[in-house]
Amino acid sequence: MDQLFVGIKTALLSMLGTFMPDWLVTVHSVLISATGIAIFGPLTMMYLTLIERKVVARMQNRLGPNRVGKFGLLQPVADGIKMLTKEDIVPYKADKLLHLLAPITIVVPALMVFAVLPFGRGMIAADLNVGILYFLAVSSTTTISIFIAGWGSHNKFALLGAMRAVAQMVSYEVPMVLSLVPALMIAGSLSTGAIVAAQAERWFAFTPWGFVAFIIFYLCGVAEVNRSPFDLAEAESEIVAGFHTEYSGMKFALFYMAEFMNTFTISALAATIFLGGWHGPFLPSWFWFLLKTYILIFVMIWFRGTLPRLRIDQLMGLAWKFLLPMALVNVVVAGFWYMSSGVIRTFGSIACLVVAFMVLTALNRPYVPEKREYTFAEN
Amino acid sequence: MEKTVTLQDSGAIDTQTLDINIGPQHPSTHGVFRMNMKLDGETVVSLKPVMGYLHRNHEQIAENMFYLGSMPYTDRLDYFNSMTNNFVYALTVEKLAQIEVPERADYIRVIMSELTRLVNHVSVTGFLLNDLGAFFTPVLYAFRERERILDIFEEVSGARMMCNYFRFGGVKYDLSGEALVAIKDVVSRFPKFLDEYEKLLTKNEILCMRCQNVGILSPELAISASITGPMLRASGVNYDIRKVDNYSIYDRFKFRVPLGKVGDVYDRYYVRILEMRESLKILEQALKEIPAGEIMAKKMAPFVKAPRNFKPPLGESYARVEAPKGELGIYIVSDGTPQPWRYHVRAPSFINLTILEDLCVGHKVADAVVILGSVDIVLGEVDR
Repeated sequence: MDQLFVGIKTALLSMLGTFMPDWLVTVHSVLISATGIAIFGPLTMMYLTLIERKVVARMQNRLGPNRVGKFGLLQPVADGIKMLTKEDIVPYKADKLLHLLAPITIVVPALMVFAVLPFGRGMIAADLNVGILYFLAVSSTTTISIFIAGWGSHNKFALLGAMRAVAQMVSYEVPMVLSLVPALMIAGSLSTGAIVAAQAERWFAFTPWGFVAFIIFYLCGVAEVNRSPFDLAEAESEIVAGFHTEYSGMKFALFYMAEFMNTFTISALAATIFLGGWHGPFLPSWFWFLLKTYILIFVMIWFRGTLPRLRIDQLMGLAWKFLLPMALVNVVVAGFWYMSSGVIRTFGSIACLVVAFMVLTALNRPYVPEKREYTFAEN
Repeated sequence: MEKTVTLQDSGAIDTQTLDINIGPQHPSTHGVFRMNMKLDGETVVSLKPVMGYLHRNHEQIAENMFYLGSMPYTDRLDYFNSMTNNFVYALTVEKLAQIEVPERADYIRVIMSELTRLVNHVSVTGFLLNDLGAFFTPVLYAFRERERILDIFEEVSGARMMCNYFRFGGVKYDLSGEALVAIKDVVSRFPKFLDEYEKLLTKNEILCMRCQNVGILSPELAISASITGPMLRASGVNYDIRKVDNYSIYDRFKFRVPLGKVGDVYDRYYVRILEMRESLKILEQALKEIPAGEIMAKKMAPFVKAPRNFKPPLGESYARVEAPKGELGIYIVSDGTPQPWRYHVRAPSFINLTILEDLCVGHKVADAVVILGSVDIVLGEVDR
């Protein structure tokens, strides 16, 4: 079971190898992996929409979609058909080319980052030795697409949303990358495969620096994919739909697809780097990987179902005043952890992090809720 | 509150303000309301409310209609709280024609208007959280309770929202035993719901961050702009028409008027929660004391079948009630014919909205939306 998908691929390739030259087999090997991802990505997105709607509905005393197919399982198909048949509206004064380009350019990086995710033992499309760097570089181009969408739409709401998105994503990229540094230092490699291998004995999330880095990375990840409570770029109650206000039909669906695939990949990366990737007992490795990823996705959906949104200045304050210094301290602590040993290394690093946390919150806690007292007039 | 220094103030960069129309089609203007905003970056520089998209000629229609004929139209003023709208219209005409209302009818009226207050306040806090960006969860929690109360309205009056339940001199139908049991059931379980609701919201750090010290309304401005209702009381002014006027039988019940201190969005939110608890006290007392008896004044008996014959004497009258949104008043001038000569509505939503610019300027766009949510408007009443 563990090697199910890898086995299928090798069997296919050896079959092709009987009548094809070697170089053609290599080309096919790439093609098979790419096809797998191209099917897996959108499929994940389709069912993530259903999962999200079901989970949020459960939190809100509703049933969620349950009309199309058993338990609404065909709802994503119905949604897809609806999206495809809707009229594609381009605003009169929009920049036609940019308006068309944005939804395409946003989906491409979302699909590309799947290549470096180790789905299971040996199940990685391309084990690059700069895997993490590749992931970060490619996923950060999403920002450009969002701004293209906002600018090209010729709509003020879209422009506001796009400006918010750029400010937010650029700010959160910094602590996000810094939170990954400790893991790269300890594992000594940028390759996702090597990082997973380094966690065979202990998941990074179970070390003091790993725990802090995991929380920072996860929060930044939620902000990177524009999900509640950091969904300012598409804040419905303020700027209608943000950067995709002027999109309809399949173009809108592509934005949606990119958002959900990013949700998946960010959660998958967090699981890979901090939660031991595909490591786990008894069950197949890809099952463990998906389980961890979906737990992280569930938490994101849980956020969405429960939290109100932050304001733009509060959001920026959190990134620059709290997450960034905390991530920097964490890098130093990881170095200390690596150099020392024994009891002092655990307690020393925990003490360091706790002190840093307390100092940072004391210095600039974003807002301390006031205790209010209310009087009552009797007459 | 920190003073925001904008790029324009500093003069470092030549920037332009952005004119933006929030509404009339926008997810969080609570209907077809429009705000003409000037933004500097994200900060509101000026804001002009534009109203009238839902103008339906309510007053003129009422002037061309026999008296009872306007009763269903009052439902459509503030379509969330048709019971209190009926209440004020009935009170005005009763004052004009000097009709005495039987005691049981008075109790039923009070019970219905307090239930309406629960419906309104619970939904408005839910909608406020929606404006804050919570994904419908609080509002759906609120609607769970609202449904129970609407079920009662349906049983009592035949309609869930457009109740058309009050009549001059009483109410249309008597409260059945089952309805009373259902109301008691709602009243007994509502505090539990409120506790749960508060546990989830009141101390939530994001909610405090977004609401406290945002959109502060000073008591002086509130009084001079004749703001009423929970908005005024959140600014710390003790003015509740149930206490001031003692209309109907409100002098028989013991309840307190919660007052805020700061007058920001958070106070407006919390004063509403506290008011719901006080409304529950009134309901408990009313349910305990409700007497048996007539529900219609004897004087009005001939007009039950032929309402067009009802001609109040020459004169004028103004009656007001503490509607969930503030002071709702109706002014009628009668010339002795079956139609009012002049009919005017003092709509609390409309008057509370006039100070929107003072509250919003200097805050961010996101705050402006939240402040609008905390003012609690219904466009049916603003535009009439």
